[in-house]
Amino acid sequence: MKSDLELINLIDAYLKGELSGTVLSDFEKLRKDDPSFDIKVVEHHNFVSSLSEYGSRIKLVSEMNTIHESLDIQAIKNDVAPEAPKYRRLWNKYRINTAIAASVAFIAVSATLLSTGYFSKSFSNNVNLLRREINNMKRSQNALIKNINDKPSKGPSDPGEFGGTGFALSSNGYVVTNFHVVKGADSVYVQNSDGEAFKVKLIYIDPAYDLAVLQISDPSFENLATLPYTFKKSASDVGEDVFTIGFPRDEQVLGKGYVSAKNGFAGDTVAYQVSIPVNPGNSGGPLLDNRGNVIGIINGKQALLDGAAFAIKSSYILRSIDAIPQDSLDEKLVLNKRNSLAGLSRKDQFKKLEPYIYMVKVY
Amino acid sequence: MKKEDNSSVPADSEIVLGILNDSKDTLNRLYTSYFPMVLQLVLKNNGNEDDAKDLFQESIIVLYNKVKGGNFELNSKLKTFLYSVCRRLWLKRLNEQSKTIRNVQDFSEIIAVEDDLEKHEEKDRQFAIMESSLQQLGEPCKTIIEDYYIHSRSMQEICEKFGYTNADNAKTQKYKCLQRLKKLFFQT
Repeated sequence: MKSDLELINLIDAYLKGELSGTVLSDFEKLRKDDPSFDIKVVEHHNFVSSLSEYGSRIKLVSEMNTIHESLDIQAIKNDVAPEAPKYRRLWNKYRINTAIAASVAFIAVSATLLSTGYFSKSFSNNVNLLRREINNMKRSQNALIKNINDKPSKGPSDPGEFGGTGFALSSNGYVVTNFHVVKGADSVYVQNSDGEAFKVKLIYIDPAYDLAVLQISDPSFENLATLPYTFKKSASDVGEDVFTIGFPRDEQVLGKGYVSAKNGFAGDTVAYQVSIPVNPGNSGGPLLDNRGNVIGIINGKQALLDGAAFAIKSSYILRSIDAIPQDSLDEKLVLNKRNSLAGLSRKDQFKKLEPYIYMVKVY
Repeated sequence: MKKEDNSSVPADSEIVLGILNDSKDTLNRLYTSYFPMVLQLVLKNNGNEDDAKDLFQESIIVLYNKVKGGNFELNSKLKTFLYSVCRRLWLKRLNEQSKTIRNVQDFSEIIAVEDDLEKHEEKDRQFAIMESSLQQLGEPCKTIIEDYYIHSRSMQEICEKFGYTNADNAKTQKYKCLQRLKKLFFQT
């Protein structure tokens, strides 16, 4: 029996085809006769072939590397994938990220604007607040000089910059109008249907409900007779006939219409939508029903849309009045509880109402 | 320029024959003809030229093993085969790098190459084991084994190279080296 060393060398020689003649035939006979030897040959053969595979792979890779080095990679690159302009590549690479970032930003901005109430500002874009620009001329030095040179008069000589309407809350000189009418005012006057102007002071403002309460502070003012109208506490129904009196020009104008929706612009629950002809200057005018109850106060109309005016509900007027600290008032503000307009014809109602509706002039 | 490129694309049967004969020229033509295709695939799908090189060389190794393993049947274009292998390998590699790619930009038709790749993985593993075993084997054993089994040098040459007094000594040395290599190879 041969040693393992000799056997392996023999097998190596066999695999390399170095055996010949009787040695080869002996070898093949031994393989046939002795299965354990045959297995040894096969095992060794497998191992040697995996060794040579390893070798050929190394060789192949090194050959390929040589070829690879001889190639002009940049040229091939330009050929198969022409480089897009930089911004284009960046865009391709980051467009998904950009899209995500943009959506996140959009949501964040929308949420912020929504939570800060930015969108409610669109109200002012779509709703024309109905204060009247009496004079486009801004207060200029000329006007001031004129005032100084003119003899001092009781009322203002200047017709004022803006105008609106207001109406009496009580007989002792409290008047309600829209906040936007008196907003930014230096001084405010009210003028009654007889043309008498009285200086007023701002008692209370409520920008959220667009309401302002004024008090006539002029010494020439005499208390009014008892108010003919009352303030309605409950909400009015859609379809209710209503009318308003305002100062779209320099005298009182009656407008007639009906409540057309329970809520105001963009679902604003503070206001009614009213189908009534109103114009700049009507702001602050009372909205009354047939029985002479004040159900609201005109404050605006929708731009680019006919027949949609808005009126703040009377319950919010009452709420504002309640919010005024009574101690701070010189005179008690007591609302009228008796209505003397019910059952009268519209023209009699108008006559009775006339003295209580004021033109509000803002300087 | 383009025309020349096209005319130099070798016929598939020529290549197979060349692979079997270990023709360097065949390898050269194969490499220059199809590397641009793979480069394009990789560049357009989140990779660079080094990735393309690795990938393409691996696909050629797969092809060589397949051809040399015998019973090779050419049932698709070689181009399609190489492209499919590269594509598959590239997707796998992207996946390993946990990069996902929504839709692969394709430049060629593809065929199923999963079986070939499975075999290739097995071979790849053996290759790695062999490599590390040979590393651990150390000199002069490594060179003796490589010279005898890989470069097919005769015992006589090895004897002279290493200065053994006679071929028998060299054979004994080779035997010892081989036993150690086998031990290293099978224990891993």
